[in-house]
Order: sequence, then C-alpha cells, then structure tokens
Amino acid sequence: MAANQPLLQVNNLRIEFPNRRGTLVAVDDISLHIDPGEVLGVVGESGAGKSLTGAAIIGLLEPPGRIAGGEILLDGRRIDNLPYEQMRRIRGKEIGAIFQDPLTSLNPLYKISRQLVETIQTHTDMSATQARNHALDLLDSVGIPAASERLDAYPHEFSGGMRQRVVIALALAVNPRLIIADEPTTALDVSIQAQIIGLLRRLCRDHGTAVMLVTHDMGVIAETADRVAVMYAGRIAEVGPVEAVVKDARHPYTHGLMGSIPAVGHHVERLTQIDGAMPRLTEIPPGCAFNPRCPKVFDKCLAERPDLRPAGRTDVSCWLY
Amino acid sequence: MTIAAAPTTPHDSAKLRVHGLKRYFDVSAPWLNRVLEGRKRQLLKAVDDISFAIEPGKTLSLVGESGCGKSTVARCIVGLYRPSGGSIDFEGVDLATLRGRAAQAPIRRRMQMIFQDPFASLNPRWRVFDIIAEPIRAFRLLRGAGAIQRRVDELLGQVGLAARDGEKYPHEFSGGQRQRISIARALASNPDFLVCDEPTSALDVSVQAQILNLMKELQRELGLTYLFISHDLSVVYHMSDTVGVMYLGRLAEIRSAADLFSEPQHPYTRLLLETIPDLDVIGRHREPLAGEVPSPINPPSGCTFHPRCPLANERCRAERPELQPTAGGFVACHAVAEGRLPPHPAS
Amino acid sequence: MTKAVSDDLEIEPRLTPARRLVDGLRRFFDGDIWHSFKSSRITVVATVITLVIFLAALFAPLVSPSNPYDLATLNLLDAFTAPVWVDDTGAGFLLGTDDQGRDMLSAIIFGTRVSLLVGFASIFFAMVIGISLGLLSGYVGGLTDAVIMRIADIQLSFPAILIALLIDGVVRGVLPSDRHNDVAVWVLIFAIGISNWVQFARTVRGSCMVERNKEYVQAARVIGIHPIVIMLRHVLPNVMGPVLVIATIGLAVAVLTEATLSFLGVGMPPTRPSLGTLVNTGQNFLASGEWWIAVFPGLALATLVLAVNLLGDWLRDALNPKLR
Repeated sequence: MAANQPLLQVNNLRIEFPNRRGTLVAVDDISLHIDPGEVLGVVGESGAGKSLTGAAIIGLLEPPGRIAGGEILLDGRRIDNLPYEQMRRIRGKEIGAIFQDPLTSLNPLYKISRQLVETIQTHTDMSATQARNHALDLLDSVGIPAASERLDAYPHEFSGGMRQRVVIALALAVNPRLIIADEPTTALDVSIQAQIIGLLRRLCRDHGTAVMLVTHDMGVIAETADRVAVMYAGRIAEVGPVEAVVKDARHPYTHGLMGSIPAVGHHVERLTQIDGAMPRLTEIPPGCAFNPRCPKVFDKCLAERPDLRPAGRTDVSCWLY
Repeated sequence: MTIAAAPTTPHDSAKLRVHGLKRYFDVSAPWLNRVLEGRKRQLLKAVDDISFAIEPGKTLSLVGESGCGKSTVARCIVGLYRPSGGSIDFEGVDLATLRGRAAQAPIRRRMQMIFQDPFASLNPRWRVFDIIAEPIRAFRLLRGAGAIQRRVDELLGQVGLAARDGEKYPHEFSGGQRQRISIARALASNPDFLVCDEPTSALDVSVQAQILNLMKELQRELGLTYLFISHDLSVVYHMSDTVGVMYLGRLAEIRSAADLFSEPQHPYTRLLLETIPDLDVIGRHREPLAGEVPSPINPPSGCTFHPRCPLANERCRAERPELQPTAGGFVACHAVAEGRLPPHPAS
Repeated sequence: MTKAVSDDLEIEPRLTPARRLVDGLRRFFDGDIWHSFKSSRITVVATVITLVIFLAALFAPLVSPSNPYDLATLNLLDAFTAPVWVDDTGAGFLLGTDDQGRDMLSAIIFGTRVSLLVGFASIFFAMVIGISLGLLSGYVGGLTDAVIMRIADIQLSFPAILIALLIDGVVRGVLPSDRHNDVAVWVLIFAIGISNWVQFARTVRGSCMVERNKEYVQAARVIGIHPIVIMLRHVLPNVMGPVLVIATIGLAVAVLTEATLSFLGVGMPPTRPSLGTLVNTGQNFLASGEWWIAVFPGLALATLVLAVNLLGDWLRDALNPKLR
C-alpha cells in the first residue's frame, strides 16, 4: 500500500435507475476519497443521492438501481465489480454499515449475543467463548449498562438509543477499516443523538476507523466530520474541510444552506432562504443543476456543467471560481 | 403564585388559556386478558396538568423529546382529543361548554392546524383547489363558485403558489410546496390562531427556511397567534416569544424565549440546550448527559427528571415540584427553589 | 342524513366535467396501471374475453340466433340435435339443441346474462353492506367495531352455500309455490350478497383504520366536517383500490355460487335458466350421449370465471405499490 493512498477512492461514480420512460441518473459522475481514520460527512437534501452513494460503496444498491459508470476502490482494489459472495465478505469485515433505523440491521428473532457472536465468528477464527467475551467488551465499549445481563436480550427489549448502540457494536465487531453510517441519528431524540455522535466519534478515533457519515443534518456533520462533501441533485457541489465549508462556503448552494439554518443566539427576523426546491431526477436542467435557484447565475451556468475545482480552502463545482 | 393558581380575570387578554390540562390514555390490556390474568388497568398520562396562556399575535412553543406530550396538547386544543381534565379557554370561552358541531363551528373556524407530514396531510385523491376550498365550503364562508375560486386563488398566491396549481393533485408537488398548500388550507377560514405541529420537521433545511419565513410573514400580515410544537430548539428559538419545555407530560420550564435561551434554569432545559449543535464551534467535544426518557406509563416518582438529573436529592425523588415564578416565567425544579442551582456556564 | 351533511357533500367543479374527463383519461393512459395492463398479455386476452362475454350477455336479444324463452319458436322435432361439426343437419344449431329443441348457443348467451345479472347484483349488494359496515367499524372503532366484527366472524363460520340454501329454504317455506320462480332471482342475489359482505367489510375496515389516523383526515376533523362526510368523501376514495380487487374476484365467485345453487336445483328455475341451471338440465343427458347440453354451458361458465379471475389477479398486483 502506498504511503498516502486513500482508504476509499470513488472515481466518476454514476448510478442509474432504468425505468420504462427512460433512465434516471441519480448519482452523476461523483468522485471522492476517504483517508484512513478520517470522518467524511456527506450532506444533502433528500433525493440528492447521498444515501445511494453509500449503498453503492457497500454493494447494497437496490435494483433496479445500478452502477453505470466509474469505479470504487478500497485500498486501491476495485470492489464495485466483485461477485456477490466476495463483496459479502468485504462487507462486515472491511466495511461496516449503520443505518437510520436500527431495527433493519438487527434480526428481531435472534438474541443480541447470537448476532454479535455470529458476525465475529464469520469474519475471524475466534472460538465461541472468545467471540462471546469480545461481544461483551463491544457492548461495554458502546456504553450499554450492565452489558453482561443485556447480552442475551432480544432487540425489542432495548430502547431506540440502546438499539443504535448495539448496531454500532455490530458494525465495529470485526474492526472494519471503514464504516458507512447512513443517517445514524435521525430516528433518535436530540439528547440521545448527541450521545450517539459522541460515541461514534470516540470509537473511530480509538480504532482508527474511517467513517462516511451520510446525513441531512449539518449540525451532526459540524460536530463529527473532518471533511464534508455537499451533494446536490446527484452531484457534489462542494467538498472540503468541515470548518471551511461551514464558515467559508464558496458554492452559492452551500452558502444558502448554511444561512438557512436557524442559530440559537443570533436572532434574525428572516432566515436566508434558497427559493424553489431541488429538481426531481426527471427535471434536472442542463448546465449546473443549481442554476434555476442560484442568485448568481449567468450564461455559462445554463449551458455547461461545472467540474470540481479548488476555490479558497474547498473544491467547488461552480463557474464563479 | 404559580401559573396554575393564576386567577382568570374577566378581562383576560389572552387569546388562548390552557388551565390544568390533562389527557390520559387507557393502555390497559384487553378486557379478557385483565379478567383472566388479573392485570390492572393502566393509564398513560400523556399530558398531566399543563397550564399556559398565549397572548394575541404571539408565538408560544412547546419543546420536548418524543413522548413528552407536546403533540397531545396540540391535539386537545384543536379538538382531536377530548381532555381528561382541565380547561381550554379561547378568548375567555371554555371550549368544553360548546356542545355539538354547530356550537363549535365559530371557534373551529378561527383555530386551525398545520400538520407535520406534508405527504399525509393532503388527501391524495383531491385536487389542491378542493383541498383548500374545503374549509370555505364547510363553514359556508362564501357562496358561489366564482367567489370561492377567487378566494382559493388568493390563498395560493399568499403562500407563494400559482393559481393554476389548484388544478393539480398533491403528488405533483414537493414536500415544501405541499406544506404551503397545507398552510393555505389552514388560512382558508380566516383563522386568527394556528396550531403548528412540527410543521418543518419533515422538510429539508433550505425548504424549512422558506416555510419558517412564510409563517413569520403571515403572522405579521394577518396578526396570527401561533402555538408552535417542535423538537428542534434552534427553530423554536427563531420562532417563539415564549417557550415551554415539556418532560413526561409536564412543563419543566416556561419562560420568555430570550430568558430561557440565555439563562436556562431547569436541568432538563440545560441538557436540551447542550445538545444543539453549534456551527460556530466545529468539532466541539461535548459531554452529553447520559440516560433516556423513561416510559411514561410508569414515570419516576417525585420529579420525573430525577434519574437523569445531576442535582437530584431526596426531595426530588419524593416530592413533585410545582411551577414557581422566576425571571421571565416559571420553572418547576426543587434545586432552583432551594438555590442549589449552579450558574449557567454560558451566562 | 341531516341537511348539513348533504350541504357539505356538494361539489362545485372548477373545470368543466368534459375537461376533467379528458384530463383524467390522459392521466390514466400515461399512468403505471395502463402500462402494467399493456405489458401483461394474459390480462389483455382475459379482458378481451371478458368484454366479449359481457357484451354478448348485455345485447343477448341482438346477438343470439334465437330467443330461447319464446316457446312459440321451439320445435320439439329439433330436440337433441348434435353440434354442427358432429352431425350437420343444416338447421343451423351451432352448438346443438337440448331436449326441448332449444338452440344451445342462444340458451348459453341468455344463461350468461342471467348468471352475470345475479353476479353483479349480489356483489353490488355485498359491496354496499360491506363498505358501509367496514367504514363504520374502522372509523368509529370501539364497541361499534367489536360488535360488527363479531357478527362478521359468525357470518364467516357458515359456508356461503349453506347460507344460500337456508335463505332459499325459508323463502320457499314462506311463499306460496306459484311465486317461487318469480322471487328466485332476488333470493339468489340476497343470499349470495349476504354471504360475501364480510370480505369487503374487513378490507375496508383495515384500510379505514390506517387512513383515519392520517393527517388529512385529522385536518378534516379540525375543520369540523361531519364524520359521515369524512368517511364518504375522504376515506372511501382512498380505500377503493382493494375493494375493486375483491369485487372483481368476488364477481367470479358469485357467478360460481349461483351456478352451484342452480345446479343443486335451488337457484334459477328452468323457465329462466342460468348457466348453472343449464348444466343441471344437461347432466341428465350425459349418460345417454347428448353431452353437449351439459358441456357447453359448463365451458362457458369456466371461461367466464377464469377470465374474470385473471383480471382480478392482475388488478391486485397493479394496485399494490409494493409489487410495482
């Protein structure tokens, strides 16, 4: 492995949904990378393609969605064209996943212990006792009180926040190097959200795990991520260090997005608003997808699609730079 | 003097006054199971003795985590639930004294609701025009197709949609546009009081800003009074004059927004404020308070927040605190009453 | 219904009805259901067959070679004529004749008419009862719901045929025998309808309970719309999908039940035969070699039921968003 090779490299990824009226392009030519131990936030409105990107990386794209172009490399090795069985082995061992609804990740019929032990034994050669002890340590480390008593409980016996902790334990069970976390806190109450974010951050730092954090919540990104990619209509609008994107956004969309978040302590009568709504996949305009809503739109935006290029401390796809 | 004990004067200026509101749900096992297995009846006290008042043209927000009863309060006020106790006065008229649809109609016309889910709050089989015209027809505010037509067109314009949008069906609109339709329907009967139940929590932030701005503009133009229900403190901060923090069916603290956000007193309010992500401080390391909201079926004794409270003592475990006056409002906390509260770090 | 209810029900259309129709048709042909219809060859074939049978039954006096009820045209000398391809007598009885000399093709067309009449009427009856009780049960809930659903349970524990036989027996006992034939069709419609309402009620109740908790129903309640109007104008249009599926498949079942009862001799009288009656008559002659008297009505019945059932199957899939 080269010294400064990224852990994950996505090149020109394109995801399509063929339907009877034509082909919808849900993710259009996006490239991004995640370094070892780094937390990359992927933020965007619903339908921006952020969850699909995550799903494509772990190989769980639901048909009829398909990868129509580009490549996904883990440690320089292509993983987007692997047969199902090989991808299944990578998923779990090298890439873990945390979803919005913890119930979809846990089998309601099995005890927590069985699910953890099975996952551990599938990917390592631990004995049953070793695996069980490891499971216990995991539950302890994700902050489940009285872990030894809760190990043999069923998922429904846990509260929502505790369940999400179990899912995190499950995702961390075999020390993956990358975790795809898709809206991990959206279904949780605010006070639990903060706990889960703190936990995720601490564990990743301890284990050196890289995280791709997919969310619509800029607050979560600001607290957790090192870098952030802002997606709009299937494309990356801006990507850069989280601090630069939050405070010094260059893309008019990112800029408007930041202004539209009400902030406690700064009283404003009127929030900055971006008029209109993100276009449906069937109605993406030519040129820059943001052009109908952009306050700084000019001729070139209507005709040509901008590529990501450096501007200030971030990379922006906007003809202004 | 507590809010609950505040006398309702005959010349009460409040638009809406809620007094000792209770709403219990029967969550008992079915009758046969109770008889055969000897189980007891179980009551879920979703709202347990809540009192507040909203002045005309102002916004009062109720915040809290899921299950704290804030939506139940909203539903009691608009008449979707019958209160188990207490009273709701609209401009001094006790709603419980109005029996029957005809008697309630004049109040219902003036008190409308905006719902959370823009995908469920519009009948998918109805054209937008008919959805917005429904209150006009139901209250017989206008006669004749032409008059209704003009009014609906006007309402669509008021919420930033085009008159021709009335011919479309809800599925042709985005979430934000649907919420605009929902607002137009709520405004159709010329109400002066709107109950807004998490109106933006299903929307993306950029769209949320549009809806919040629209709601503020409408409030200014039409002199509307809002009861705003939300779990998002930054939205509440932006919208409210007064904020009530609810925990397990009770008000923990109800104060002017300025006081509550600058110097929160109840430990639960402080916890909630602590969870707001601050975009100014990137990567702030927080030490969130442990624990989760307990089940409302068997709430803790005394102050229901005591298992999570760093200031809890014997009295908190045994005795339920009542709302006591404090700067800009009321707070229900023994630690505050006894002066045991450490100063808020931000103030 | 009170005056207030009828007032709330009035709709003042903004578009002219004609433009709404054109609009609606455009939406339909552009929609997923039309697409799913076009792409299923079996469904298209089943629809064509169903339509041919329906139209033939509807315009029976125009399309059938003779009127089987007109005793004056019958000639006993034509009795037991075999189908043309077996024994071409030149008399033009395509599918042969029965023991009375009646043209089988005409008898089948008129019999289908009777079968479909009973089928449609009984399903309509079942729908009205089932939808009303289902809406009431699902919307009001509580004790009303419990009572209606227990009645439905009791109803379900009796097979449809048994209920029909029971009602038929009671009517025969009560009415003088010369009136039996006149009321037979009404007895059938009532008996088959009453044994089919439960499905409608259960389906509508389930969907209604889901819809009732949706916010658009709550919005209507906040406005103070009368519950009956909410049920009819808000909830009903949103629960009609599954009702349509059950009604289609129910039609096939009703036609079959009618045939069974008529075959057993408690349905339509031989003076106004349905397909079932025809099979019943014909089975007497199976042993003596005149097979066509029973077989052709039987085939017509099977084709009709199969086609309608296939249509119902497709409709169920097409209206289920999860399978789309």
